[in-house]
Amino acid sequence: MKEMIRVEKLNKSFGDLHVLKDIDLTVNESDVVCLIGASGSGKSTVLRCLNFLEIKDEGKIIFDGEQIEPKTHDLNKIRQKVGMVFQHFNLFPHMTVLENVIEAPIMVKKMGKEEAIKEGKALLDKVGLSDKYDVYPSKLSGGQKQRVAIARALAMKPEIMLFDEPTSALDPELVGEVLETMKTLAKEGMTMIVVTHEMGFAKEVADYTIYMHEGKIVEVGPSVEFFENPKEERTKEFLSKVL
Amino acid sequence: MILGGLFSFQTFLSELIRTYPLFLKGAQLTIQITVTAVAIGMVLGIIVALFKLANPVSRRIADFYITLIRGTPLIAQIFILYFGFSGIFMLSTFWAVSLALAIHNSAYIAEIFRGAIQSIDKGQREAGRSLGMTPGLTMRRIIMPQAMRRAVPPLGNQFIIALKDSSLAAFVSAGELFRTAQGQVSATFHTMEIYIIVAIYYLLLVMILTWIVNKVEYRLSVSER
Repeated sequence: MKEMIRVEKLNKSFGDLHVLKDIDLTVNESDVVCLIGASGSGKSTVLRCLNFLEIKDEGKIIFDGEQIEPKTHDLNKIRQKVGMVFQHFNLFPHMTVLENVIEAPIMVKKMGKEEAIKEGKALLDKVGLSDKYDVYPSKLSGGQKQRVAIARALAMKPEIMLFDEPTSALDPELVGEVLETMKTLAKEGMTMIVVTHEMGFAKEVADYTIYMHEGKIVEVGPSVEFFENPKEERTKEFLSKVL
Repeated sequence: MILGGLFSFQTFLSELIRTYPLFLKGAQLTIQITVTAVAIGMVLGIIVALFKLANPVSRRIADFYITLIRGTPLIAQIFILYFGFSGIFMLSTFWAVSLALAIHNSAYIAEIFRGAIQSIDKGQREAGRSLGMTPGLTMRRIIMPQAMRRAVPPLGNQFIIALKDSSLAAFVSAGELFRTAQGQVSATFHTMEIYIIVAIYYLLLVMILTWIVNKVEYRLSVSER
């Protein structure tokens, strides 16, 4: 199986706060990996380091076999291959749904407008929003917004998708539609790293689940085993609280 | 009646009718000065705002500029440009006044833009960057359009101030509204009537400007309706 991303001894501090401590992580092509843990455990920071929204202090990030350094690599090029979905959607409010989706392909990839529109519409159809092309984000529900955000990230044809608590800002009844979309994506073979509090999703969809606590990876395991037979005391304690 | 000596409605009406061709000409110059000043002031203001946000060195330069321009009176700036530089180059009254008003307003406009840009949620920048957009492209396509919209109400306010401040051009004898009024007062001694008339012209211009700003604001709010 082809290795997609490997992280070695990743360290990151914000001032005096050491948020990531020697994180090691390997994600292969088509893997779905869920990162779980309490707030402040550093799981979102891991994701943000992976597409360089935060710059690591130490350690290696190896993407597609190549070690990426801010000094030697054009991070804008790397980010084109790494899709990101945010907790608060971060849709562009001054653009329609379709404009949100075609913005980066046209402006960054220099794709022709017609082609971008065709592909953008196909993506929106795929996430179940074929009736919303020309609507502005302010008119959408949270679940719809997040599905647009997923389509927007997919429009760049990324090799890997990062999800940063994609359902945490949603009303409970809207969580399902977003998880469904992510499940479809996983089945199609998209490589995904998902920071989530949705234990059901992690258990059902993720190949691996990682539990983080205070900036360290405590336990990694195939999801079913992870949830049914956690090995570490800390993991057991955490799961007993959230399940 | 005490007011009788100060103000006569009949004189007011007859002066209103007699002077309107002169005041319309003055209003034209007032509008030209204001539009020129505001247009140049916007460009300067955006540049200064970007300086203020770019890096610590450029921020200091911008701070210095804003402190200097905002801390000195417009009339002094007009006089410096018109009389002060007259040994080196001669600016026409129109350009001396328009440039002084442009520079004066740019300091305020810079702060309006800076505030508007900083008020945009940082998630917007992150979303742009996460799609592979460069900082410049993110600023131009994502941040600026949203910041512009937020800047419209305070900018409208600033334009109104600029319109009224253009009356200081009278002190270097530019024949705009206020200079016209001064000329008519010294010719007729209908002091109260003439100054009320000129105030009405300014009021009308401000009302038109307000209407335009509201229109722009409404059109830009299309995504929120």
